Amino acid sequence: MNAVPSSTYFSAPPDWGWLITLYFFFGGLAGGCYFLAVLIDLFDRPEDRPLARLGYYISFPCIIISGLLLTLDLGRPLRFWHMLIESNTYRPMFKYWSPMSVGSWALLIFGIFVFLAFLEALVEDNRLAWAGARKFRPPGVLGSVIAVIGGLFGFYVAGYTGVLLAVTNRPIWSDTPLLGMLFIVSAASISAALMILLAHGSRRTTPGVAVMHRLDSWVVALEFIVLIAFLISLGSVFRAWLSAWGLLLLVVILLGMILPLALYWRKEWLGDRNLTTSAALVLLGGFLLRLVIVFSAQGI
Amino acid sequence: MAEPMGFYTDTTVCIGCKACEVACKEWNQLPSTNGGLNTLRGNSYDNTRQLDGIHWRHVKFIEQFTEDRKDGRWLLMSDVCKHCVHAACLEVCPTNAIVRTEFDTVVIQSDACNGCRDCISACPFGVIEINPASGTAQKCTLCYDRLQGGLEPACSKACPTQSIQFGTINDLKGRAQKRVEQLHQAGEKRAYLYGADEKMLGGLNSFYLLVDKPEVYGLPPDPKMQTRNLQAGSWFSALGAVLVGLMAIINFRNRGADENAREERP
Repeated sequence: MNAVPSSTYFSAPPDWGWLITLYFFFGGLAGGCYFLAVLIDLFDRPEDRPLARLGYYISFPCIIISGLLLTLDLGRPLRFWHMLIESNTYRPMFKYWSPMSVGSWALLIFGIFVFLAFLEALVEDNRLAWAGARKFRPPGVLGSVIAVIGGLFGFYVAGYTGVLLAVTNRPIWSDTPLLGMLFIVSAASISAALMILLAHGSRRTTPGVAVMHRLDSWVVALEFIVLIAFLISLGSVFRAWLSAWGLLLLVVILLGMILPLALYWRKEWLGDRNLTTSAALVLLGGFLLRLVIVFSAQGI
Repeated sequence: MAEPMGFYTDTTVCIGCKACEVACKEWNQLPSTNGGLNTLRGNSYDNTRQLDGIHWRHVKFIEQFTEDRKDGRWLLMSDVCKHCVHAACLEVCPTNAIVRTEFDTVVIQSDACNGCRDCISACPFGVIEINPASGTAQKCTLCYDRLQGGLEPACSKACPTQSIQFGTINDLKGRAQKRVEQLHQAGEKRAYLYGADEKMLGGLNSFYLLVDKPEVYGLPPDPKMQTRNLQAGSWFSALGAVLVGLMAIINFRNRGADENAREERP
């Protein structure tokens, strides 16, 4: 056995706790729901437009909550703007090699895209009278360009948090390059799950919901594979999971991945509630996954 | 730029008096309690436990005794920020609050820091912490204010055994190498320098003479830059995005095919 410990064990935990865990969850939902809504829009099925609007309606509060959570987590919240403007020189603050720096800008820019889509959704639902907002969403050329660029930013916001954790020197986080991939895939799975749940709750059960459910089963299967690859890639640091956090990770795998997949393939098990139960489990699993990853690496 | 300055700490002559800790606290006006909470704990003769936002110097007491305590030795080491030439904290700081000075030292500007704590997780040595009084990340400045005034840092000035030596890096390396040779000749073959060469993060501007493995002193055997995962992590994330995107496109397109097939069915 290798007696030399991983050098990552000598760093200090940054005390990123519940606020950051919630940010990872809501940020993932904001990015994922926006991306799924864009995709529905780009396939241009009129009957699914209410489902796409639902995606934008979820993204908007999620991105607002994300910004608030990040600000509140700072030691000096009123200095949140230092992320964007260098406080000594008042020049733009940007470091392409610092995920937190790029992520701050990505959140701001993505927030603008989400806001535009949110406005259009309000107009289409006759809750806002501004015909010009229609241009912000497909099928028009400008709307399609906005959707594609916004979707890319959505993906970035959903996944950069994993890369941010990997670009540290903490055990688990920095012992693998797969966290960003895991977070992106997980963001897609929880977003599809929430859209399915809310579509049922708000009676927007368009034909797209069934497609979303099938897509979610595929994505959850991919998430399971990425999670296993993530665990293997940890090497000797895998032993860090021999703790209560490892047990919770097992719960994530069983309740948040295996059971929802089983419910998808065995539709007769819970009848009408099959779809919503599996979606709720995926959502819960996605939250617990972030909780486990954020807290486990800091308890070492 | 002035010549690079730093510390050379010879752990073999440290007597654990903690004069360095006290001098650091006095000069930098660091509080004795952590946000009103008394954190002093007994662990051997160590009562401040670690480097953090209010302890910029920390004397480690490492006991190496047999179970019956008839034979053994103390390892004493005054720990501090390493002022790495390739500094992970400086690289990752999203507000440019962490800067490199004209003395090649690494300093956190408290008025620019917003307490995001990215630097804490990036530092491979666990040096940085939040000072609850300011809400910002803090660590040793290598007494930047004293250096600007032509004075040596408070800790090395107070050290009664010359365990902590201050000077230009070139001069310190020369002194340290002579001391290692002296110890080898005296029979202490385990003596070596930690962080003096450029292989470790480009060189540590605060390096050590040790007589046991780094991990015994709580130092990482092979500290790395936090950016090592940036490229691979980004590519894998992009791969994840592509896979999810493909899955989504296939599912939404298949839906169209399914419906067409149903319509064509008699």
